[in-house]
Amino acid sequence: MAMISEEHNKEKLGFEETELRLGLPGGGGGIVNGDFGKNTNANGKRGYLETVNLKLNLSLKETEKGENLQKEKNLISCSNNAVKPPTKTQVVGWPPVRSFRKNVMAVQKSNSEEGVGGTATFVKVSMDGAPYLRKVDLNMYKSYQDLYGALGKMFSSFTMGKCDSQGMMDFMNESKLMDLLNGSDFVPTYEDKDGDWMLVGDVPWEMFVGSCKRLRIMKGTEAIGLAPRALEKCKYRS
Amino acid sequence: MAYSFPEEVLEYVFAFLSSDKDRNAVSLVCKSWYEIERWCRRRIFIGNCYAVSPQIVIRRFPKVRAVKIKGKPHFADFNLVPEGWGAYLYPWISAMARSYPWLEEIKLKRMVVTDESLELISKSFKNFKVLVLSSCEGFTTDGLASIAANCRNLRELDLRESEVEDLSGHWLSHFPDNFTSLVSLNMSCLGSEVSFSALERLVSRCPNLKTLRLNRAVPVEKLPSLLRRAPQLVEFGTGAYSAEIQTDIFSNLVEAFSGCKHLKSLSGFWDVVPAYLPAMYNVCSRITSLNLSYATVQSPDLVELISQCPNLKCLWVLDYIEDAGLKALSSYCKDLQELRVFPSDPYGAEPNVSLTEQGLVTVSAGCPKLQSVLYFCRQMSNAALIAIARNRPNFIRFRLCIIEPQAPDYLTLEPLDTGFGAIVENCKELRRLSLSGLLTDRVFEYIGTHAKKLEMLSIAFAGDSDLGLHHVLSGCESLRKLEIRDCPFGHKALLANAAKLETMRSLWMSSCSVSYGACKLLGQKMPRLNVEVIDERGSPNSRPETCPVEKLYVYRTVAGPRVDKPDFVWTMDEDAALRLS
Repeated sequence: MAMISEEHNKEKLGFEETELRLGLPGGGGGIVNGDFGKNTNANGKRGYLETVNLKLNLSLKETEKGENLQKEKNLISCSNNAVKPPTKTQVVGWPPVRSFRKNVMAVQKSNSEEGVGGTATFVKVSMDGAPYLRKVDLNMYKSYQDLYGALGKMFSSFTMGKCDSQGMMDFMNESKLMDLLNGSDFVPTYEDKDGDWMLVGDVPWEMFVGSCKRLRIMKGTEAIGLAPRALEKCKYRS
Repeated sequence: MAYSFPEEVLEYVFAFLSSDKDRNAVSLVCKSWYEIERWCRRRIFIGNCYAVSPQIVIRRFPKVRAVKIKGKPHFADFNLVPEGWGAYLYPWISAMARSYPWLEEIKLKRMVVTDESLELISKSFKNFKVLVLSSCEGFTTDGLASIAANCRNLRELDLRESEVEDLSGHWLSHFPDNFTSLVSLNMSCLGSEVSFSALERLVSRCPNLKTLRLNRAVPVEKLPSLLRRAPQLVEFGTGAYSAEIQTDIFSNLVEAFSGCKHLKSLSGFWDVVPAYLPAMYNVCSRITSLNLSYATVQSPDLVELISQCPNLKCLWVLDYIEDAGLKALSSYCKDLQELRVFPSDPYGAEPNVSLTEQGLVTVSAGCPKLQSVLYFCRQMSNAALIAIARNRPNFIRFRLCIIEPQAPDYLTLEPLDTGFGAIVENCKELRRLSLSGLLTDRVFEYIGTHAKKLEMLSIAFAGDSDLGLHHVLSGCESLRKLEIRDCPFGHKALLANAAKLETMRSLWMSSCSVSYGACKLLGQKMPRLNVEVIDERGSPNSRPETCPVEKLYVYRTVAGPRVDKPDFVWTMDEDAALRLS
């Protein structure tokens, strides 16, 4: 068997006068150089190590419009080549995940915050002086303000001071923070992945949700140890 | 004549033949056997609804009781088949309504089903029992209401993964109060809430109910009520499996699950709160099938659950399971036969979980009965594939999706030809294969040489030239379905192997390099094939003949060209040139 020509490998389609003849059904069904005898045979072992001569004889009848079939340039102009796939986001139907599944995952993802893998993120919430703990799903909230509102409602029966969303926001302000910490009001703190106790509110919300392991609403006086860091950050913010 | 059995005897004998292949063989023995067989064939499978017409089917098989029909090509699942392509059920129902009054079963896949069809089904077949709509679309919950209201002997209503226009949950309430024959209900794809009390009453009055797959809208706290009413359930799908953690809900669930001594299969688990998973531990030892593929739960919780299921045969799960979880799976579940790992974040640029090729290697080593795999991952190596092939020569289905197209062996940066080559060489019973990653013509050489039992092959972003396609078409003797996208295959291999296409159910090629001229030639030369060009850019005649077509779908048929084509599908045949001008 002859070697395939380089040209054929480069996909140059020569539509010179040629004739397609088909083989017997059940057989390879094609003609190699017009040679029935050496035709591909479905059971036969061919030397796959050798390349097969695909210099096929093709016949394209002249169409009624008599187009010139040798315009290879046209291939380029209407090229639909997929030699290099576009980036993932542009490729239709890839990766091959069924729409049904994609839709379900999308809904589940939008129900939870980005970056936490779509799971519910329940964390324990304790408040100094309260008889029992509560649990909140951080994914239910979109911002610190949301969270404070919920916490305020949860623990409203136990607090005397400003444990509402406004009260908690106060500590973002430097002077108010000092007031808070020196007073008997409550300050929200949390334990992060490294086991450190931090003041709530320093980092972007998403990052907080991803790193918060538990919440503790401390009495201001006890939170004083966290103050230096918080003060630093206040300065940067203003 | 004196030597032949009476017809009744032959009919009686033929009744023991359930496989289509056997019945088809019997039909070819002689004319009288053909006649006897066709009058007593009760079940028909039509793998491509356009390969044959309803009239032809009915003419040959007048007494059919059960039909199974498949419509759109498989790549329709990934939005590669444009909307409005076809696969309409109505012509089938309208013909069968007249000729098969005793039809009992209709099972469909990827077909367009309208409410009108559903209503016609419900009114035409008095003994209608089974309706399975798998990945179908085109109907609303009103159509379901017709089925519920009119099919007095209905046993199965299974809507798996269909796209239903959900007008309301009211359809379920249409089951009459004296309707008690339900055995299987799968409504997991529906969105709306059904009347819970109607559902409870339905479950209570159907003592043979074995399968109940709820939809997401049924909250976890309502599950115990249903489970208590159906302790005979074998397959159960939950709704959303989350709630504020309350001990009474939990303990009710535990008790209810414990009452179900026959449960073998669990699914559902949308919006899972891990704390509720242990409620099922009591039934886990009997569980053989677990579909956690919507459960966004982390690996440790998954492992906890799986470790309780030593009899697990089939697991569908998200890649949250990670390599560590798969290791646990391989040590706890020695009976595992099928594993599917789906991607939780298929479009993310970076991996979000620690799931690699190692997980699959471990499972292939530890699970001796594993035969069917669908695995999405982000890296693969030839070494891993070779190890998998050697570990598990009993694979029947091997579908690997490396998420980045044309990703090479991440260790050597070589193509994955030798890896997949090892798969086809070692797994001699392989029937289905999906390829991915960087692949040259070489992999197709291996496939053509070794994959002699391969029936379905899926190829994407692979190969260098027509030689690759030629290897497959000329070497894979058992090939029935070939689907190709984004490969540099032109027409040469196709035309050289044209007769092969008559031995297959279908060929799909999209975003390849098959020219319009070649499609026309193929259509002209092969009258028993429908060679259909799908092109949304307008008539292929408006472009040069050398211009590649967008999509090509070729299938054998005895029904001639389609008569219900949309305006973006053209059939290539002798008259193609005339018709299109």
